[in-house]
Amino acid sequence: MDHSNYPNDYIRGILNSVKTIALVGASQNPARPSWIVTKYLLERGYDVIPINPGLAGSELLGKPVYASLKDVPVPIDMVEIFRNSEAAGPITDEALALDPLPKVIWMQLSVRNDEAAAKAEAKGLKVVMDRCPKIEFGRLSGEISWQGVNSRMLSSKKPVLSGKGFQKLGLNRP
Amino acid sequence: MSDRLPGFNTLAIHAGAAPDAATGARATPIYQTTSFVFDDVDHAASLFGLQAFGNIYSRIGNPTCAVLEERVAALEGGTAALAVASGHAAEFLVFHTLLQPGDEFVAAKKLYGGSINQFNHAYKNFGWNVVWADSDDPSTFEAAITPKTKAIFIESIANPGGVIVDIKAIAAIAKKHRIPLIVDNTMASPYLIRPFEHGADIIVHSATKFLGGHGNSIGGLIVDGGSFNFAGDDRYPMLSKPRPEYGGMVLGETFGNFGFAIACRVLGLRDLGPALSPFNAFLILNGIETLPLRMQRHSDNALAVAEHLANHGKVSWVSYPGLRTDRYHNLAKQYCPKGAGAVFTFGLKGGYEAGVKLVSSLKLFSHLANIGDTRSLVIHPASTTHRQLTDEQKVQAGAGPEVVRLSIGLEDKEDLIDDLNQALDAA
Repeated sequence: MDHSNYPNDYIRGILNSVKTIALVGASQNPARPSWIVTKYLLERGYDVIPINPGLAGSELLGKPVYASLKDVPVPIDMVEIFRNSEAAGPITDEALALDPLPKVIWMQLSVRNDEAAAKAEAKGLKVVMDRCPKIEFGRLSGEISWQGVNSRMLSSKKPVLSGKGFQKLGLNRP
Repeated sequence: MSDRLPGFNTLAIHAGAAPDAATGARATPIYQTTSFVFDDVDHAASLFGLQAFGNIYSRIGNPTCAVLEERVAALEGGTAALAVASGHAAEFLVFHTLLQPGDEFVAAKKLYGGSINQFNHAYKNFGWNVVWADSDDPSTFEAAITPKTKAIFIESIANPGGVIVDIKAIAAIAKKHRIPLIVDNTMASPYLIRPFEHGADIIVHSATKFLGGHGNSIGGLIVDGGSFNFAGDDRYPMLSKPRPEYGGMVLGETFGNFGFAIACRVLGLRDLGPALSPFNAFLILNGIETLPLRMQRHSDNALAVAEHLANHGKVSWVSYPGLRTDRYHNLAKQYCPKGAGAVFTFGLKGGYEAGVKLVSSLKLFSHLANIGDTRSLVIHPASTTHRQLTDEQKVQAGAGPEVVRLSIGLEDKEDLIDDLNQALDAA
C-alpha cells in the first residue's frame, strides 16, 4: 500500500467493513479531536470502545473505558491510534498480540509509523496512517463539502441521506 | 469515477456540485434561507461545537455558497475555501486570522487601488501595519521582514494590469522566514495561474471579476493551500492556541491542513459577518462553468488589441506581458503560457486630457470601475480607482495621469479595435 496516497475505495472498504473500533488515546474533553471523532463515529453506528489507562473504569459518551487493548472483552475490528507516531509502535504490537487479530490499524492525522505499518501488513492487516476517519467519512459521503472542503470527489449521482435526519449523509453514494 | 485527478474543464463544471441530496436537482439550488433545522438537540450542540459537519445559519455557511467554495478550492488545488461578500472581505478575514495588533505584513506596491487603501488606512484601526515592497525586486520583500512580520501579500498579475509577479522567488523568501505567502489571484484566475503550484500558501479572489465573469455579482473567496503548518506556532494564536469561543479547541490541530479556512469561517466570518448571499454564489458558480473558455478568449482578444494599440500613432506605450517586447514577457511565458489575461494599461501621447477624451468617446467599451466582465471596460485609474493615492503612489502603482486601463471582453476583437480607433481619432 502506498501510504501517502490511499485510493478512495480502500478507505471506503475499511469504513464499510469495520464495526467495533477501539480508540486508543480517548479523551473526556469535548474540545479534543479524539472526543469529537469518538462522538462522530458513535453517531454513524460504529461501536467505539475508548481506551485510556487514566480513564479506565469510567464512562465516555456512554461507553465503558478500558485501560488497554487486551482488556477489551469483545473482538476488535479496527484499532484507531490517537497517540504520537512513536507510541503507535508499541500500540500496534499490542494490537498484533490480540486474538482474534483486528482487521485494521488506523493512525490518526499526523501519526505515521512505517515500521509498525509494515509489521501489521505482514500479518495481513490493512493499515491507514496520517488520516482522520471523521474527515474521510465526511469526504466520501459528501458531508465535508458543507464546510467548503475540497473532497476531491466528483459525481453525477445524488448523495445518500443516511436516514438519521437531513444533515447526515451515507458512505455509499452510487 | 476513478481517483485520477480530473482536468480543469471538468472541475470547473463538476467540483462541489453533485445533484442535490434531498431533491436530485442537477443545477445547484439557491438555498435562499437564513437558517437550517437541527436533526435534534444533540445535533445542534455538535454543530455549534464544530463537532459535526453541517449547516446552522447562512452567515456561517450555506449549501449554495459551499458548492462555490469547493469548486474554487478544487480549481486552485487547495484543501478548502471560504466564500465571502467581496474580495475585500476575503483579504480582511485572512489578515484577521493571521495578525494581532502591532503585527506587520509585507505587501507589493503594485496592487489593486482598493487593497492599497484597505492596507494603508482601514487596517491602521486594527494595529495591522503594512510595509511596502517592490514586486519587481523580490529582495525588497526580504529586506522588509522583521520579527513582527506575519505574512507576505502579492497579486499574481498585478493591477492595474500588465505586471507579472515572480511568485516562486517571493515564495522562497516566505518559506525561508516561515511566514505564509498570500496571493491575490483575481486577475489571472486559476485558469491562467495556479499560485499554490508556485509556493503560495493562501489565495484570495475577488470573485466579482473573472470567476463570476459577467459583471453581475460581488463576491470573494479565500483558499487554503494546506501547505503552512500553523499548529504549534505561537505566532498565529488563532490557529495554534485553545480558542475560548469553542471550549478550548485548537483549530490548527483539529482541522489539520484545512484549519486556516475553518478558522477564517468560525472566527472571522462568524464574528465579523461579511457573508456571501446564496444568490450571488449561484451566479458566480454559473460563471465559473465557462471560466476556461472565457479566460482564453479574454486573453486572445487582449493580445490582439494590445498589438494594435502598440502600433498606433497616438499611443506612447502599451504594458501587456503578452507582447513579445514587454518587460514581463519572459515571466508571462513562465507563469501564464496560455495568455496574459484581459487587463492592461497603455499611455496616450496626449497625456491626461487625451485620456479623458478617449474614455468619453468610446461607444462599445463601458466606462466603469470594474474588470473581468464579458463586456469590454475602460477606466482612467488616476481619476477613479487610484484617485485617493498621492501622485507618487499613483506612478508607483502604474496609474500615472496618462494611463488608460482596459479590461478586454469577449466581443469580436475587430469591433473592439474599431471602437478604439474612432475614439483615438477623437482624442
